[in-house]
Amino acid sequence: MENLINIFLNSVFVGNILLAYFLGMCSFLAVSNNMETSIGLGFAVIFVLGITAPVNWIVNHFLLAPGALAWAGLPEMDLSFLKFITFIAVIAAMVQAVEIVIDRFSQPLYSSLGVFLPLIAVNCAILGTVLFMVEREYDFIESVVFGIGSGVGWMLAIVSMAAIRLKLRYADVPVGLQGFGITMIATGLMAMAFMLFSGITLGS
Amino acid sequence: MKLTRNKTFKTFADPLWQNNPISIQVLGICSALAVTVQMNTALVMALALTFVISFSNLTVSILRNSIPGNVRIIFELSIISTLVIIADQVLQAFMYDISRQLSVFVGLIITNCIVMGRAETFAMSNKPFISFADGLGNGLGYGGVLVLVAFFRELLGSGKLFGYDIVPESFYAAGYENMGFMLLAPAAFIIIGLLVWLQKTIMNK
Repeated sequence: MENLINIFLNSVFVGNILLAYFLGMCSFLAVSNNMETSIGLGFAVIFVLGITAPVNWIVNHFLLAPGALAWAGLPEMDLSFLKFITFIAVIAAMVQAVEIVIDRFSQPLYSSLGVFLPLIAVNCAILGTVLFMVEREYDFIESVVFGIGSGVGWMLAIVSMAAIRLKLRYADVPVGLQGFGITMIATGLMAMAFMLFSGITLGS
Repeated sequence: MKLTRNKTFKTFADPLWQNNPISIQVLGICSALAVTVQMNTALVMALALTFVISFSNLTVSILRNSIPGNVRIIFELSIISTLVIIADQVLQAFMYDISRQLSVFVGLIITNCIVMGRAETFAMSNKPFISFADGLGNGLGYGGVLVLVAFFRELLGSGKLFGYDIVPESFYAAGYENMGFMLLAPAAFIIIGLLVWLQKTIMNK
């Protein structure tokens, strides 16, 4: 249990998927000037990550990893070179499935997420989390926790950035630095603040 | 001077400065920052991306008339992932150490918005050769920024370039110290921010 809490806290704060690994920057920069869409997109990312991380774990564990096809009588098969194309296909399919389910059962949520749901498929935070999960050799439960934790971390970053940009509108920024430049520098300062969490671990 | 007025050449040269994918189009920041701690990794990453983007543009452009509109995203993604797999396998075979350092970031070229963006906006509506030039230009424009950021981070952060010591011993003896901060994530954001400031100021003149 301590191990799981540790993975969760680590993926939210210390190893924040956006501020420490720079993943999901594109939609971060595009969306963070609006508070409401930031929150909506944040929830969508948590949702999709919570589903795709374990699904891709299963795919990797039973189909792709070296020796994974032992159950089919092919213990020497190593399909791990196919992992990029398989993962991205699974992600795209899951995003599509999530979209259909939300459309069917919760119309208000569907209309508030709007175009952002399909765009999540090409958000590098999703593929990045999945690849990190494989590289760090998490087990099934850990992959669920890691997926959700990364999503929460991403949402935390984008919502705080939206709040900062709201305040920045009233700031007197040099001409050349307006827009993209000052956003990058503010993100840098935020990443510095998040680094204060490093070194915090629970248990062993 | 005929070459510089050529349309293909313009398509190639535009993204190098005027329309740089990172600092002006604001695409593909994700991988740009993580691999810039050292010149080595930045250079390899830049080459891998240039390879993927120019050939994905070429392939998408050749096939553009036979790709059905509503499944084109999946189509482009599978072309791009195939190219990324080739790049990844080549790196693992010939440059294993660097491929370990780049870890997941080679795979993330698939979701790099530059590649998707160029395939979608340029290659889908232009002829193969000019699309290839556009891909090459964007790849090199991206690589240029990457190498520039890596230059500052490696020089200031560890006093080295390409792993060789640059800052002389006498500096350290006189009390100079490496800025460990440059090796951390926030420094990358701030350097990019400052570079954008510089470029915009020069362009506005």
